[in-house]
Amino acid sequence: MPVISYREALNSTLRSEMQRDEDVFLIGEEIGTFEGSYKITEGLLEEFGPKRVRDTPISEEGFTGIAIGAAMLGLRPVLEYMTLNFSLLALDQVVNHAAKIYTMFGGQTAVPMVIRAPGGGGQQLAATHSQNLEVWYAHVPGLKLVAPSNPADAKGLLTAAIRDDDPVIVLENLSLYNTKGEVPDGDHVTEIGTATVARQGSDITVISYSRGIRTALQVAEELEEDGVSVEVVDLRSLRPLDRRTFCESVRRTTRAVVHEDDWLSYGIGAEVAASVQEGAFDFLDAPVRRVAAAEVPLPYAKPLERAALPDTDDLRRVIRDVLDATSFTGQEKS
Amino acid sequence: MSDPTEDPASTEDEQTEAEQPELDTTEDEQTEAEQPEPDQPKGEQTEQSETLRSYFQQMTVIRRFELKAQEMYQRAEIGGYCHLNVGEEATVVGLMDAMEERDYLFANYRVHGYAIARGLDPGHVMAELFGRTDGLAGGWGGSMHLADAESRFMGGYGIVGGQMPPATGAAMAVSHRQEAGPESEAVMCLLGEGTSATGAFHETLNLASLWGLPIVFVVINNRVGMSTPVEQASAEPELFRKAESYRFEGRRVDGDDPIAVRDAARAALKQAREEHRPFLLETMSYRLRGHSVVDPARYRTDEERAELAAKDLLPRLRSRLIEDGVLSEQEADTIERDADETIEQAVEVAGASESPDPSDLFTNAYSTEVANAPRAMPGDRVITL
Repeated sequence: MPVISYREALNSTLRSEMQRDEDVFLIGEEIGTFEGSYKITEGLLEEFGPKRVRDTPISEEGFTGIAIGAAMLGLRPVLEYMTLNFSLLALDQVVNHAAKIYTMFGGQTAVPMVIRAPGGGGQQLAATHSQNLEVWYAHVPGLKLVAPSNPADAKGLLTAAIRDDDPVIVLENLSLYNTKGEVPDGDHVTEIGTATVARQGSDITVISYSRGIRTALQVAEELEEDGVSVEVVDLRSLRPLDRRTFCESVRRTTRAVVHEDDWLSYGIGAEVAASVQEGAFDFLDAPVRRVAAAEVPLPYAKPLERAALPDTDDLRRVIRDVLDATSFTGQEKS
Repeated sequence: MSDPTEDPASTEDEQTEAEQPELDTTEDEQTEAEQPEPDQPKGEQTEQSETLRSYFQQMTVIRRFELKAQEMYQRAEIGGYCHLNVGEEATVVGLMDAMEERDYLFANYRVHGYAIARGLDPGHVMAELFGRTDGLAGGWGGSMHLADAESRFMGGYGIVGGQMPPATGAAMAVSHRQEAGPESEAVMCLLGEGTSATGAFHETLNLASLWGLPIVFVVINNRVGMSTPVEQASAEPELFRKAESYRFEGRRVDGDDPIAVRDAARAALKQAREEHRPFLLETMSYRLRGHSVVDPARYRTDEERAELAAKDLLPRLRSRLIEDGVLSEQEADTIERDADETIEQAVEVAGASESPDPSDLFTNAYSTEVANAPRAMPGDRVITL
């Protein structure tokens, strides 16, 4: 399998899906002549022309709704927000319309559209450009939300999203675009709604997604040298959430930590921790812990931003805490 | 009833020619296609008479439907919000008559009359208001969200302005697939005058013009957004002029004149389909009732109520058709009785339709099977391993 970057995986997937289905078209700001702010749409205007790579003015609400209406008539729009932060301008269209139309009209009109957007902090972009808003969308029935952590899943999940008849949000992460990995050649579809065990282990389960998986895998390798065996579950899909996969993992390892880049309160980790409580309580040897961003608007200054975002040190410390914790029976773990 | 606005249909006796309001039209010339042929004035007149008779019939059905909807709301057969087309029937039938079957309709939430005038069964419309399985959306949408994809009625939308971007997207899909021409499809997007203050209005007019999309935006200006008069809501209260700043055509038409509305809408749709350009049509109507069935419209003075009652278009049209010899009193009575019967049948259809089964709650959650789709009822365990 060729090793390519996350960015290249997204770009080549868009190209091959546009070649496969002429109803697929791209819409967004600066995706044509400029080839995308993060160059995900490089070369696509040249190959497919302005009708299928449609540059828009700065009108998030307008072009989001336009993608919805086009999808209702059977086209398959793939929309790009320059950053997830700008999606807030279109929140009404996404939450009140894309998510609702199919159900609200009694299943008469599907909305087969894809929304792609990079999110995340760590680039010193300050408060309004460094957000992880996944939980806002993950909360809404009618939407599907996936967050690939590696180039293979970027290809597999984007392919599945484009072929899906419902609105799917593909959440990318700025810090992943240049990361590399093996990507299967040819048709590669990753089923939406399924998590995966990214690394097997026996002592503790770390549940994460997107950029957090890189952090988790790095910590797992480091701890392996200390004799600690960490299993890592990659959620991949935040709605629907594959609770069974991570609950089964926690039943095997008996301990769980949820690692996420978004804010702690009401975050993805809160949902996962509650699900573990319901699905694996009897198997737990320690309370489920969460590692998440500090609850402040992300600062610009580097040391402040670093302090706000969870990193490998934070995760390692929390894993140690959980491993050292006494079990619910009050006995020290032997 | 002492309040003259309470039952607009009963005020017909008070109508005189002198009480007719001055119509707020800035452009009322007929389009070329509708100019009577000089050598065939009679045929044209007969055709127009037939059209008006048919409009009177449809408008009466819509009026009776709405009065019945109010009654059913008061009887708690209908829940939620319920916005009536009372007073706007001429606009409703004129606009719907202008549309071809191949055209797409996106509407706001004041939508019952449009569904009926688009040809949908009043029984299925009423069933949706009742929240029953025979409703247009099987009880999922209610009054504000009527839809029928088969007749290209792409839905009523409950968020002010929310329908404008998707409607524009439908027009983009049309232009993506079809060349402009007389057989091309077009999109009609209905909105109230209050919508003209939203960002969606600005963004979609701009995009539709930039991209040359076959869409007619119709502002149904009933003069007041809930309680706020259009003059207090829009710096430019002549809303059709807003098209100018996006470099396309706008026009205002008397919304009480169904033929004028039809002709203006037909011309606008023709231009949209043949030139792939948007059009902004403003129909000047009067909302005779409150914003919704629960709004007693206390913001209106007694004087305004009396004025509105005098402006009720339906009794005026009836009187005019009788005066012009198009209808006899008896024929007009028959049309009204038939309309009542149609609506009684609609209520029967709705009442006889089954309520949705709670076990169907997740049937329309997603359009395809999806792994791990949440299907837990409140209180169910989410995880069972």
